Amino acid sequence: MSALTAKVAEPAPPPPPGAGAPKRRGVELTLLTGAVLISVLGHLYVGLATTGRIPGPATRYAAGLSAAALLAHLAVRIRAPYADPLLLPIAVLLNGLGLVLIQRLDVTTPGHLTAGDQLLWSALGVALFVLVVALLRDHRVLQRYAYLSVAVSLVLMLIPVFFPAVNGAHIWIRFAGLSFQPGEFAKILLAVFFAAYLAANRTALALTGRQLFWKLRLLPGRVLGPILAIWLLSVGVLVLERDLGTSLLFFGLFVIMLFTATGRIGWIAIGLLLAALGAYAVGTFEPHVHSRVDDWLNPFASIERGEGPGQLAQSLFAFGAGGLLGAGLGHGQSFLIGFAAKSDFILATAGEELGLVGLAAILLLYGLLVARGFRAALALRDPFGRLLATGLASIVALQVFVIAGGVTGLIPLTGMAMPFLAQGGSSVVTNWIIVALLVRLSDSARRPRPGKEPAE
Amino acid sequence: MIRYIRWCAYFCALLLAALLANLARVQVWESAAYGANPANKRPAIERYAEPRGDILVDGRPVTGSRDSGQLLRYERTYTNGPLYAPVTGFSSQTYGTSFVERAEDQVLSGTDPGLSAFPLWYELSRGRPAGGNAVTTVRAAVQQAAYAGLAGKRGAVAALDPATGKILALVSSPSYDPAVLSGTGTKVKDAWTALNADPARPMLNRALRETYPPGSTFKIVTAAAALDAGVVTDVDAPTRTPDPYPLPGTSTLLPNAGTGCEDASMAEAVQWSCNTVMAKIGVQVGLRGMVEAARRFGFNGGEGLRVPSWVSRSNFDTDMSQDQLALSAIGQFNTKATPLQMAMVAAAVANGGEVTYPYLVERTTQDDGSQVRRGDRRSLGRAMNPATALRMQELMVNVVENGTGRNAAIPGAVVGGKTGTAQHGVGNAGTPYAWFISWAKAEGAPLPQVAVAVVVEDASAHRGDISGNGAAAPIARAVMEAALSG
Repeated sequence: MSALTAKVAEPAPPPPPGAGAPKRRGVELTLLTGAVLISVLGHLYVGLATTGRIPGPATRYAAGLSAAALLAHLAVRIRAPYADPLLLPIAVLLNGLGLVLIQRLDVTTPGHLTAGDQLLWSALGVALFVLVVALLRDHRVLQRYAYLSVAVSLVLMLIPVFFPAVNGAHIWIRFAGLSFQPGEFAKILLAVFFAAYLAANRTALALTGRQLFWKLRLLPGRVLGPILAIWLLSVGVLVLERDLGTSLLFFGLFVIMLFTATGRIGWIAIGLLLAALGAYAVGTFEPHVHSRVDDWLNPFASIERGEGPGQLAQSLFAFGAGGLLGAGLGHGQSFLIGFAAKSDFILATAGEELGLVGLAAILLLYGLLVARGFRAALALRDPFGRLLATGLASIVALQVFVIAGGVTGLIPLTGMAMPFLAQGGSSVVTNWIIVALLVRLSDSARRPRPGKEPAE
Repeated sequence: MIRYIRWCAYFCALLLAALLANLARVQVWESAAYGANPANKRPAIERYAEPRGDILVDGRPVTGSRDSGQLLRYERTYTNGPLYAPVTGFSSQTYGTSFVERAEDQVLSGTDPGLSAFPLWYELSRGRPAGGNAVTTVRAAVQQAAYAGLAGKRGAVAALDPATGKILALVSSPSYDPAVLSGTGTKVKDAWTALNADPARPMLNRALRETYPPGSTFKIVTAAAALDAGVVTDVDAPTRTPDPYPLPGTSTLLPNAGTGCEDASMAEAVQWSCNTVMAKIGVQVGLRGMVEAARRFGFNGGEGLRVPSWVSRSNFDTDMSQDQLALSAIGQFNTKATPLQMAMVAAAVANGGEVTYPYLVERTTQDDGSQVRRGDRRSLGRAMNPATALRMQELMVNVVENGTGRNAAIPGAVVGGKTGTAQHGVGNAGTPYAWFISWAKAEGAPLPQVAVAVVVEDASAHRGDISGNGAAAPIARAVMEAALSG
């Protein structure tokens, strides 16, 4: 009986040396072709639906998108041949769809064309993707720059304080006609720091500390102190700058990474409780936040006051108008939302014109991207890589949740950019770097270990 | 660490599920409520995104659409707006619609399911068929004649085809140009304010929405009721009526405008419009008989007429003393009628006693002219026996040929008519309304082709039936001539 069991449990014969995990670069190329094709067709459809003509720069658009996708694919094929084949196509498709939506909104705001700029930023994003994939041979190199990362990220977050506020938030810097959100980059650097620090001090965090009661042990202040200080500092700066979305993101990122590193759920609960208290305090006493919470609780209050629908009400109207199947690209009226239609509220256009079906598809694409990030985290062997992959995947997931939940009335609205979809240069560039890092991490995760036999 | 990474992944999956569930709530459950929110501009934007269908008179559009380049894009234009305003009404981004613009709004704006052979296709594609057209029964020449006749006066004209109920003309004076209400902005708001403040009330559709005491024209109803009830069997027999006639149960004496009414026959009473005789006949018919007769002509209609715009209810009181009944029988007291209702009275006589339901929209069509619906001839019932109708025709012809309505005579045509002067105001102090109701048939034609009611509010102060004949009859004649020559 035991002999039989042993026979069944016997592992499959190891693959011949050199073959390793399948590379699946052909799959990636096929998916990329599909992603480019969908984006180009969407571009053509928007032109036909809104102006009745094939848009003028259609050929350039198609050529540019194809070239960018091809370059990125070549970089992955040469430098990260074992990378997850889904990451790049999802990024290209989301970026392509974002361009289609922005181009569509440009039609209704002829005085403020942004699709061209967004295309340039996307090209820059892809270029940085290629650069990161090509130059960063091993993600563990980043571990060395943990303290440099945190220093740079704090500087980046502090810079906008010295620039004038835009729409009530000190998160932009304007330079030579370009506006830029340094906080976007800071989140990658902060994730790198958290991952490196937690990986180095994991054991101390998980196992030491004074027992409080039951299983709850006070984390050692010597280890927890620095990271807590940095986290508090960054969140404090963001609150000062009124960048609520990003402070929420940093809080979530910190909690998730701390939990992943230590597995201490009790501390997470206490953290959440404190955060809830903090949020309540800010929501009550800070007028800017207070009005957001009021809007969330009663989005139609301004209508009842006779002041017309506010942004959130307009956003809900847009989603409602889309219904199950959507009005069709170019057939919606989401411009009614006003000035943030292309940035924070881009999802409303997607919801109105593509419907619940289209929007669910987009959200599932994000879900897939995040899942692939976690999968890389699971397959990686070094704690730093695992934590970094978890952190990067969580950044994407939290961003999507915070902004999508905000514009659909699930949670109070906090200004943030939908990854890849929303108009905004720094956001697109940052997200391309995140995908580049995930590609690098997944390549390490799936690469066969040289000289090590698979079974023990 | 593997376990905790998994938990994080599950947590993210939970967030995604929450997002999707909330999206389903917003986009499916709440969708209709959001769409119906009055602050949601989408329905209005969609409504005005395409040119509106047209209203046709004599096969030619009297409306149009103009691309304003605004959010609510296509605005209404009107050719000859003041002439057709009582028919078309207005279509305004700011103030909505009225009359045919309102009654046929679904067709004109393209939302009528009948506009598409496959409504489901538009449902699926979220598209909308082009706006359809409303072809009216109005005839341009008749409308023009009525409008020209009323020029400079306050009043209204309603003209019908007695056999079918088609409305040939509907004029209210003074009128206004509905084009000034198209679109949005301060100009439209100012125009609306000015029109509403105008003491002449140009936006009031007097032909459908104003009720006047019908005065002596109501004697046609009383005479028909008397013949049908057998109260009068010989129209030429003397009625033994004193002049003046003491109202029953009171010491009030009812006078006549002219002379020769003492002991007159009913034929003479109609010919010379004797108040005394007709009041007495009304009392003889009795309250129930008079109420029933008035109802058969269309008075006291519970839900009111729809042509397809709603028409004000014409009133004949159902609970009165004898003296009040006597006054009501000559179209005074509380008796009130729209010009359309009095045109129906004339049409009932002309049509052998049958009242046809008046209608204004001949048919609605798709953009390409194929029919969506047609307005059909419908009977509203019988107002009097055919024999009574024949007798009434003779009496009315006599009014035009030998009586108070000579100004309506048309050479080469048979014309029947009845004048009226309605007292109104406190103690009858107001300037009397001049009425004329009539019908006409071309010589040799089997049936009368037109029935008309004309009311002129500010008729010259000649009391008596002279003013009906003087102010209103010439207008009726011009309208009938235009109808007969068509």
